[in-house]
Amino acid sequence: MENSSDTFKTNVAHALADVELQKALQNVKRGFVVKREAAKAKLPEFDKLRDEARAVKDHTLSHLDLYLEAYERKVTESGGVVHFAETAADARAIVLELCRELGAKLVTKGKSMISEEIGLNAHLEASGIEVVETDLGEYIVQIRGETPSHIIAPVIHLNKEDIAQDFRRVHKQFATARKLNQVQDLVAEARAVLREKFLKADIGITGANLLIAETGSSVIVTNEGNGDLTSTLPRAHIVVASIEKVVPTLEDADTILRLLARSGTGQEITTYTTFVTGPRRDSDPDGPVAYHVVLLDNGRSEMLGGVFADMLRCIRCGACLNHCPVYGAIGGHAYGSVYPGPMGAVMTPALVGIDHARDLPHASSFCGRCEQVCPMEIPLPDLMRAWRERDFTRGNPPRRERLLLKAWAFAAKRPRLYHALANRLVPLLAWLARGSGSIGRLPFGKAWTRTRDFPAPEGKTFHTLYAEKERSQRR
Amino acid sequence: MTSAPEPSKQGPLVGLLVTCLVDLFRPNVAFAAIKLLEAGGARVEVPRAQTCCGQPAYNSGDRADAVSIARQVVQTFERFDYVVAPSGSCAGMVKVHYPRLLADDPDFADRAEALASKTFELTSFLVDVLGLTHVDASYRGSVTYHDSCSSLRELQVRDAPRRLLASVDGLTLVELAESEVCCGFGGTFSVKYPDISGAILDAKLRNILATGASCVLAGDLGCLMHIAGRLARERAGIEARHVAEVLAGMTEVPAIAAPRQMR
Repeated sequence: MENSSDTFKTNVAHALADVELQKALQNVKRGFVVKREAAKAKLPEFDKLRDEARAVKDHTLSHLDLYLEAYERKVTESGGVVHFAETAADARAIVLELCRELGAKLVTKGKSMISEEIGLNAHLEASGIEVVETDLGEYIVQIRGETPSHIIAPVIHLNKEDIAQDFRRVHKQFATARKLNQVQDLVAEARAVLREKFLKADIGITGANLLIAETGSSVIVTNEGNGDLTSTLPRAHIVVASIEKVVPTLEDADTILRLLARSGTGQEITTYTTFVTGPRRDSDPDGPVAYHVVLLDNGRSEMLGGVFADMLRCIRCGACLNHCPVYGAIGGHAYGSVYPGPMGAVMTPALVGIDHARDLPHASSFCGRCEQVCPMEIPLPDLMRAWRERDFTRGNPPRRERLLLKAWAFAAKRPRLYHALANRLVPLLAWLARGSGSIGRLPFGKAWTRTRDFPAPEGKTFHTLYAEKERSQRR
Repeated sequence: MTSAPEPSKQGPLVGLLVTCLVDLFRPNVAFAAIKLLEAGGARVEVPRAQTCCGQPAYNSGDRADAVSIARQVVQTFERFDYVVAPSGSCAGMVKVHYPRLLADDPDFADRAEALASKTFELTSFLVDVLGLTHVDASYRGSVTYHDSCSSLRELQVRDAPRRLLASVDGLTLVELAESEVCCGFGGTFSVKYPDISGAILDAKLRNILATGASCVLAGDLGCLMHIAGRLARERAGIEARHVAEVLAGMTEVPAIAAPRQMR
């Protein structure tokens, strides 16, 4: 997808003024949060599981080459083919080439954030291949010509009325007078449309929540069963996944799966958890005859061993988005990136460069809730701060901001000067308030007084008052 | 040997980390903190060589300045038995972040660790270290309490302010819905992204208004200036105060951002 993180501030202004979006965010913000809390409360070993899952990922990442080779060996043994893609362009080219080899005209897709990351749909469509998203949310996003606004709930920014309108616009085959005001009506209609596509598709493309080195399996979790129809009905199944998805054993996959749904949707387990190992075997009654895995790097191996390595533990559950006050205020699209919210604020600069996404790691109050709920214990605020440090080192912050910061730091390192300046500033601010208790418009501080008054100081600094008090006591 | 000294002469020596916001805007909070610490049996000193904990630099990515300021704070405060701040944010900076900032500094790594281990947020120090269970104060009316993110998540301070408030004569505490959610202040975030900061504050304000309390308390002046600034803008008729002022019975100073004629 086209990255628009560099117009973050404009995106935010639009998001905050979008009444429908704000309504949609209100509706759902609390749902996931409440459900996760309930699911966690029912699992006393939740925090112990987090430690275990973290250990699994840290171990795997420190031997990633070995586990990727082991995984590839097992996939090959089971009759599949693994393709390594260094960049997004490489991955797109590999998938297109496979589609051509297999003579594909229609491709169905299960939900995959990696395919969003590499902009796969547009690339295939440009070559005349019809691509149909089959996850309901992704399908809606596709017919609207949008991108997902949440990594596990792509249409969290919409209300059901918006979706009914889109269905009427696109599904011309149905009677205009049909009823579409209930969620069930929308689901039934989408099912009718998608069922035909499932049966006609030449290739099914899915992502993977996990890859298992021990067995060469790919794992997807879904709630609609569309992933299974996508991976089993067409002649060929292509998995697009990033390299950090691999775990050593089935047991390890289980540890992570126990955390994934609970953290994301608050379910104990998703409706479907599908393990796919290779193409159809001779004894299998059905299934795809070809099985390919495209493994994407796209900057991830550079993150290994560095400050941002912790981010590679991310299992894309969405908990950090659901609990983020900033995400809750502006929604996902404002981030202008495939990955929004706290995880996106760390991931996006790694993908597109800090110069093109500098607002994302800055637009956080560092409230720490993301880190608190992250099932993989990723220190998201620390990683955002690490991006801020790089941004600062590169001289990216606006000149005025840098000068103010430097001037403040200069004084803060010189207590005598600092107190002298404070003793000038405080009476000035008190005078500006003119006894009203607060300042409605602060010269040089309009960013504050835009949305709130500026409280007036009491009148003198504490240090001055304290010194006066000490003097009078000595007398 | 003369007779036994007064308890306050042998109590632990506390260095008060005033915090830059309290120094500039709300000296009453520091005076209230001193009163409470002394009531708990501590001796309090206020080193004059203090300015700020360095968070504006640290969170803006200016690590070099953050490191220099951290060293300065370590040097100024390491001689005390304890360091106490009327702020979860500033205490958290010293307790959680200084050891990381100075970890690679051979002269300061151990000293930062030592300082971190004896630094506390005011209410938790009063309750958990000094064992204070009761304050001698009264306040007429119902209040609600806003947990700052750093107190709640960085320092796990939740019960201490509530336990002390429960001992204030005449005070009723009404709990805030979604008390674990940020108010949208976030230091420099509040001026770098004022619209997002304001939108997050809107949600917090709705919850504050829903309590029906006449006063919102918190342990961090940053959150309070942000919340009080909006209460003033909207003439919401609700006061905002630092929790120390109420616990010390020092509420004669007008509330934060409140018109002076209310005095």
